[in-house]
Amino acid sequence: MVKLTIDNRTVEVPEGTTILEAAKTAGIPVPTLCYLKDINEIGACRVCVVEIEGITRLVTACNNCVGEGMVIHTNSPKVRETRKTNVELILSQHDCSCPSCARSGNCNLQKIANDLGILEIPYDKKVSFTKWEKQFPLIRNYEKCIKCMRCIQVCDTVQSLNIWDIANTGSRTTVDVSKNRKITEADCALCGQCITHCPVGALRERDDTEKVFSALADPDKITVVQIAPAVRAAWGEPFGLEREFATVKRLVSAMRRMGFNYIFDTNFSADLTIMEEGSEFLKRLGNKDKETFPMFTSCCPGWVRFLKSQYPDMVPQLSTAKSPQQMFGAMAKSYYADLLGVDPENIFSVSVMPCLAKKHECDLPNMNDAGAGQDVDVVLTTREIDRMIRAEHIVPQELEEEEFDTPLGVGSGAGVIFGATGGVMEAALRSAYYLVTKTNPDPDAFKDVRGMDGWKEASFDLAGTPLKVAVVSGLGNTRRLIKALRKGKVSYDFVEVMACPGGCSGGGGQPINDGQELAGDRADVLYGLDKINEIRFSHENPSVQKCYECYLQRPLSHRSHELLHTDHNAWQMPGEEQ
Amino acid sequence: MSRLSIITRDKAQTTVEELYKDLERRIVASPPGLCPVDLAVSFLKVCHAQTCGKCVPCRVGLGQLQNLMEDVLDGRGSMETIDLIEKTARSIYYSADCAIGYEAANMVLKALKGFRDDFEEHVLRGRCTCELNQPVPCVALCPAGVDIPGYVALVAEGRYADAVSLIRKDNPMPSVCALICEHPCEARCRRNMIDASVNIRGLKRFAVDNAGDVPVPEPAPSTGKRVAVIGGGPGGISAAYYLALMGHDVTIYEQRKQLGGMLRYGIPNYRLPREVLDREIEALLSVGVKVKTEVTVGEEPSIVDLRNLYHAVYIAIGAHTDKKIGIEGEDAEGVISAVEMLRKIGDGDMPDFTGRNISVIGGGNVAMDVARSAVRLGAESVRIVYRRRIEDMTAMPEEVQGAIAEGCEVLELMAPTRIEKDEDGKVAALWAQPQIIGPVQRGRATPVKADESEKCLKCDTVLVAVGQGIESKPFEEYGIPVKRGVIEALNWSGIKDIPGVFAGGDCVTGPATVIRAIAAGKVAAANIDEYLGYHHTIKADIAIPKISLDDRMACGRVNMKERDACDRKNDFEPIECGMTKQEACQESRRCLRCDHFGFGIFKGGRNEKW
Repeated sequence: MVKLTIDNRTVEVPEGTTILEAAKTAGIPVPTLCYLKDINEIGACRVCVVEIEGITRLVTACNNCVGEGMVIHTNSPKVRETRKTNVELILSQHDCSCPSCARSGNCNLQKIANDLGILEIPYDKKVSFTKWEKQFPLIRNYEKCIKCMRCIQVCDTVQSLNIWDIANTGSRTTVDVSKNRKITEADCALCGQCITHCPVGALRERDDTEKVFSALADPDKITVVQIAPAVRAAWGEPFGLEREFATVKRLVSAMRRMGFNYIFDTNFSADLTIMEEGSEFLKRLGNKDKETFPMFTSCCPGWVRFLKSQYPDMVPQLSTAKSPQQMFGAMAKSYYADLLGVDPENIFSVSVMPCLAKKHECDLPNMNDAGAGQDVDVVLTTREIDRMIRAEHIVPQELEEEEFDTPLGVGSGAGVIFGATGGVMEAALRSAYYLVTKTNPDPDAFKDVRGMDGWKEASFDLAGTPLKVAVVSGLGNTRRLIKALRKGKVSYDFVEVMACPGGCSGGGGQPINDGQELAGDRADVLYGLDKINEIRFSHENPSVQKCYECYLQRPLSHRSHELLHTDHNAWQMPGEEQ
Repeated sequence: MSRLSIITRDKAQTTVEELYKDLERRIVASPPGLCPVDLAVSFLKVCHAQTCGKCVPCRVGLGQLQNLMEDVLDGRGSMETIDLIEKTARSIYYSADCAIGYEAANMVLKALKGFRDDFEEHVLRGRCTCELNQPVPCVALCPAGVDIPGYVALVAEGRYADAVSLIRKDNPMPSVCALICEHPCEARCRRNMIDASVNIRGLKRFAVDNAGDVPVPEPAPSTGKRVAVIGGGPGGISAAYYLALMGHDVTIYEQRKQLGGMLRYGIPNYRLPREVLDREIEALLSVGVKVKTEVTVGEEPSIVDLRNLYHAVYIAIGAHTDKKIGIEGEDAEGVISAVEMLRKIGDGDMPDFTGRNISVIGGGNVAMDVARSAVRLGAESVRIVYRRRIEDMTAMPEEVQGAIAEGCEVLELMAPTRIEKDEDGKVAALWAQPQIIGPVQRGRATPVKADESEKCLKCDTVLVAVGQGIESKPFEEYGIPVKRGVIEALNWSGIKDIPGVFAGGDCVTGPATVIRAIAAGKVAAANIDEYLGYHHTIKADIAIPKISLDDRMACGRVNMKERDACDRKNDFEPIECGMTKQEACQESRRCLRCDHFGFGIFKGGRNEKW
């Protein structure tokens, strides 16, 4: 243990503790900007500087450790003046158009500048401008980038894709797409982790809210919207709502006020996914000699983009099942159009997702199997639906709970846990067990695959067949797993992959809470919803049963193949050979 | 009213003089990889500040050049802008009245010539071709990429054995390098920005002197792959060591009686004691390297034989043939090539120069080695005859100073013309033509004949040290490409179109330094491992001490001391004294820890394995 004094308070912390952490234990928050625990501890912004008695120059608190007997001042006049100067310098190169910024009100730079009482900037303003492809789902505003390097670090160390890098040297140093590429030429998975880890508004999703507002205002369009599982665990965060209050039923209520005609649950198509993917897995298992294992889940489009660009030879191991979003879209414009007795061309299909890659997925050339244009017309992130709630002057605190529409608003507990890492695997195993044995297992029999570990393994006995499965989340973990697979160090039958750490609950389209990793908290909400759901098995979802009975006939039927499965080789990633 | 007054410098001028010094040291500490256009425009700004303002081209033109170059950097330029920069710079060069103007313009013209592609990259793609990919200057400049901040910090903590293990991860010969490395690592040390570079080699020496015997790591399980290394010099030994650590079965083929190459047969004992060399080689071989000495590959066995016997072959034969000076009388008795002399000394066969008067031809490190050895072998007088100036010598300044201190006389600006023989065909004198120093060509001042007559330098022995070549013939016959006298290998040590054969070190680069040979061996080991279908990693697993947060006050650099010249010149015992513990403590704490402070903590601060 090391004993020291911080702002006149005596603190005792273990050796190797950073000054920042030590101050935190004493209840003294030192402001930080570029710092991200375990990811970006590089002391670039120089905002967290503190004064150590006996040392003339200031020291960054985020990446320097305490020493015995140190006397530290986190807010002395020297510290305050220096910190303020550094923030003023950052602001002199930052496009401070806060009213038109997606992060206004949720911006660490804004907060720090306000806290420091910066009312004017004594320096010349010089903001650099570089063009960006505005149609791409990921938007970079160079004018807002403060070169904190977090995006580089997240992409390098967590996601292992190295999309971002430093460009230029000297005063023109900036962050740009690595290897002199344009973003459209890069193998970006579109996980969006760079967005959720950006402290300012330099990175954001392409805003598609206007398209949805226009559709809502168009009397000829029937708006059908689906809400993904993980959205319900996070949508209320920016409004400061308690998780218990911010239920999906209140989100339904808000969206009904906006004027959506039919509001459905992606949990429904998550259950469909289980029926299709689970059946496909059992089929592959039955053909063990000819198939290559493991089979990979295919519901995460960021992961599909990753595999296609990094290990294209393994694409045949992906399940052919579409993601729940795309299954829903195809069903909305076929089955549901039939039920409504309307021309599917009039249906405007919207999805609300915790995800950036889904914006690309709905745009793929072959995601139009219902024959009425794109199966999903527009994808909104959780952040965008939150912006729409604000734009509609809806007061979320006053919302009452309302039910989803039927029949596509019915989902099982197995469907809702799709939003957490391990959920797809667990849901699939629950139904696979049933499909093999015709009896239900204990719904919690496969809970070994839960939790926030980046790479989990489990073995189960599926009615006499031993099954070895793995669950990974985060693309860095995914790369480790694939390397181990390719070297023959591990082998599995079935692997669930989610591109974002923690799965969709930590998705790149979720609300941003700077410095906090909330995937675990949100996953707890989803597992809670599973537990209280009367239906715990995808195959027991009555809407799913009805849909097979009346329309699809059975999993892997001809029509299922047409609507619910896809050819992952029908489109290419940049650099991928045809 | 005084007619004349004494000029005194005011405070402002004194401060500016100090700032000039600061800037000089700062420029020395520039890391590699910075944007050259950005640097050129910054230099131009300094040049512009120096203008007196009288003449148009300099007063206005240098400013406009800056604007145009800023346009290029800021993406406002076009290819025409580059042409305009060139035209403007040319006009300033032609018409500026004094050097302040025309030399500034000349710098821009040089820039356009030297990195026009970078100007174009900025214009066409808005990007720079350069990248700051290794931000720790000492590591970037060490050919072997040794973790210098790491081991300097270990020395500061007194963890000498750990320091040696950490060095061996990238350079298996720390003891050798501690004595004779040319330490390119020190050249751009960031500490120059405060006072002077850290004495890195000296600290390495302190580590190896105090580490005791440091065991080598356990090799990886045997792969069953056989690799032949041709040449047992530092490059061959390094490659063999790493390959053996990776589990391969390695055999070194050495032409001479003992391993060591130029370390043994080129460098005298007073600079690199044999026991140090022997101990180092013994330690490295202990990982399980096999050695065959007195085997000349190319004769028996042939290269084809080796190729058939081994899965891969590394050629590291060095540069051991002597170059002739090509003057009349070179065949006289008493003309000895430096390579030949040092080779004999290497095997303990000491020539007796008692009472001899010796002329040494050459200005490189080898010339200093033979001159200083000659003193130790009893020579009556030793003269070093060199056709340029002392400052133009390629030998390290401390070598030249050492030779002078030991009584060697340096005759600069004297070009040897012929060797006069006596009636028995023995050397009687060296004749040399006085020179004056003349025009600068390719950055180096060249000598031209002075209007003076030839001088006769009486002597009985001439030692010729004018460079070495390589014995490439058998390799050429096998089909290995040889260009300008050296083997043509690719930057990853492979040879075009000949899979499984690799080459590196002096035989590829021409005579260079020990650390470059070691680095080549490391590169070859990694790529041979890949070629054999493996991807072994070499690492050290040593925890690096944490940094200290003290203010970095200016503090002088501890230099190495040497034994008194009058004492050391009588024997071949080592001449350099190691640092004291007090000195090593202070010196190691001068390190600025660029692995932690600055870019290093973000990217590239430490490669823990390769």
